[in-house]
Amino acid sequence: MSATDTPVPRLPELEVDRRAWRHLADAAVGVELDTGDMILNLGPQHPATHGTLRLVVRLDGERVLAADPVIGYMHRGYEKLTEVRSYPQITTLINRIDWLSSFANEVPFIHGAEKLMSIEAPPRAQYIRTILTELSRIATFVLFLGEMGLQVGALTPAFWGFRDREHVLNLIEAATGGRFHPNFNRIGGILDDLPWGWINETRNVMKIVIDSCDVFEDILAGNEIFEARTRSIGIIPGALGAAYGVSGSNLRASGVDWDLRRDGKPYLAYPEIDFKVWTHPDGDSWSRYWVRLQETRESALMVLQLLDQLPSGPIMAKVPRIIKVPEGEIWVETENPLGQMGYYIVSKGATGPFRVKIRSASFSNVSILPWLLRGVYVPDVITILASLYFILGDIDR
Amino acid sequence: MSHVLAVDAGWGVTLGIKTVVVLGLIPAGALILGYTFLLKMMSHMQSRLGPMEAGPHGVLQLVADGVKFLQKEDIMPAESDRHVFAIAPAVIVMSTFLIFIVIPAGPKLVVKNLDVGVFYALAVSSLSVIGVLMAGWSSANKFALLGALRAAAQLIAYELPLLLAVVGVVAQAGTMNLQGIVGAQANGSIFGWSGIGNPFILTQFVGFGLFLVASQAELTQTPFDMPVAESELVAGYMVEYTGFRFLFFFIGEFGTAFAFAALAATLFLGGWAIPGVTNTGLMEVLGPLVLFAKLMIVAFLMFWVRFTYPRLREDQLQALAWKVLIPIGLANILVTGIFKVAF
Repeated sequence: MSATDTPVPRLPELEVDRRAWRHLADAAVGVELDTGDMILNLGPQHPATHGTLRLVVRLDGERVLAADPVIGYMHRGYEKLTEVRSYPQITTLINRIDWLSSFANEVPFIHGAEKLMSIEAPPRAQYIRTILTELSRIATFVLFLGEMGLQVGALTPAFWGFRDREHVLNLIEAATGGRFHPNFNRIGGILDDLPWGWINETRNVMKIVIDSCDVFEDILAGNEIFEARTRSIGIIPGALGAAYGVSGSNLRASGVDWDLRRDGKPYLAYPEIDFKVWTHPDGDSWSRYWVRLQETRESALMVLQLLDQLPSGPIMAKVPRIIKVPEGEIWVETENPLGQMGYYIVSKGATGPFRVKIRSASFSNVSILPWLLRGVYVPDVITILASLYFILGDIDR
Repeated sequence: MSHVLAVDAGWGVTLGIKTVVVLGLIPAGALILGYTFLLKMMSHMQSRLGPMEAGPHGVLQLVADGVKFLQKEDIMPAESDRHVFAIAPAVIVMSTFLIFIVIPAGPKLVVKNLDVGVFYALAVSSLSVIGVLMAGWSSANKFALLGALRAAAQLIAYELPLLLAVVGVVAQAGTMNLQGIVGAQANGSIFGWSGIGNPFILTQFVGFGLFLVASQAELTQTPFDMPVAESELVAGYMVEYTGFRFLFFFIGEFGTAFAFAALAATLFLGGWAIPGVTNTGLMEVLGPLVLFAKLMIVAFLMFWVRFTYPRLREDQLQALAWKVLIPIGLANILVTGIFKVAF
């Protein structure tokens, strides 16, 4: 017997007491009809997801019932790749984790390797590393300050963000030879000294950056529409954020006064300079914007301070010609632009590490998204994504 | 009107001229606004040059883009409602065309001098919402659907403040005829001094502000561009459109901006008239230029806001319309009425 011959079972007739229904309709005029949910796929090709984050959002009208981040579209297997590379080669890879602030990625790894080898970079190298780290922080944040405007609909600030980032990238290029991926750190120091005239130029650019922070404060942070769109949107309670592993400016915007530059194990030249750690009690999208704005300005001031204190001397310590890291394990964490970044390096005495675990900030930062996105509207999803400020390379590695 | 520039002509000739003018005027207006504001003003605000290669200073860039659009493949989504999908852009452009019918550019330079001109212009301008809904629904795309529904809610909410803003002008001029409103402004006087006539922006400044805000929402421009929100809905209801049909949306968008700027210039800035110049023949030539200069000022304000401000959220937009703009509009009508009776 073929399938078509099978009699289709009839659904039993529903017994409806029509009088009761009429009564119901009279009583409940204000009752909304039950409408089905709509599943909307935000990404992986969506401009608000900075690359290839995919959010599966279940919507009731414009309200989000549930959001599920799907990650892994950009997984490049860096942890595995580090096992088949030598230490100097690895900086090339880890440059590309958080591609907006690549120099800052190199620092914790090199620092860990140096500690395992009991080498310390000379003070001048430490200072230059600190300056370049802060410059990459400025390059990242200045882009965020404009980009956030773009995500809530203001076109112009985005271009101003790129313009100011350009100044900073020019500095990084002049010092390291690489705009995006400097690959400048060496175990025991840095590749090269600063070029002639760089210090004066940096001072000028820092003034530009501080000025443009004022502009962003005027045009976005103080704009009524921007405030309406970001105030009390996406509130992360401090304790909950810390429990999810949110770190960096996102956590400081929730009132948690925690900055590894000040509170962590001392690294680079941070113990020798004065800086303020900015926090904001609210924990909403606006305060995340505000905290990054203040941190950009603070970083510019830090660079000026570092330039004033820049010591003279060598830029490389004495290191063996073939780098072999003695057996041991070490955990190094630093305050990167996007948050806490850490490397757990296991060495078995070879030219390359035995195992490296990379703790990147964005991965933990987006882990709070399902909690954060419940019950908000679709436009708020974009605001929250923009204010958390993640880099896809930093999520997927 | 069976004569063009005071020369009697048969209805066929008049019709032909009208068709050519209308078909040429709207794309030309869209091109002028698109080039001046979208390409150049925005670029200079954003510390960049904008297109510089096609023609001197890039003036022909939009022409080149238009030709490019004509060459593109006409893609229709497989799941789309094909007929509705095909008609939707035409409906939107049609509503733009219909507004131009009543806007006067000189003493006799008007396609149809309707007695209910203002009413007609506002009525046909809201026809575009049908096209937007058709486009969003027929695209079979969730982003397009969200965009279309947002557009429908928004355009309906902002019809009302737009209308209320104009009521003050109509009350003051005592007519809904756009020529009559232009005449009332040109021949009016401010406390007995008739040097610049009485452009209604001086007395109806609240109405002018309301009109600008509401027309910004009607045009779905930032800060009210949720229907097309690039960063959320990518392009909203036009996300599935390509090639020539997308060009229609573009012409519709900037053509409507052109029409609304012309309407605002007519209602509040005195239209084509120069107070004191009564030579009709001269004004037939100068009138369009005067109107164009005034509408460019209005358009500058619109686009300045568009390129500066962030975008509101849908519920905030509704709250602004119902809780702020409409009460202000009603109060404005009340005050206008009191003054009209008292003076």
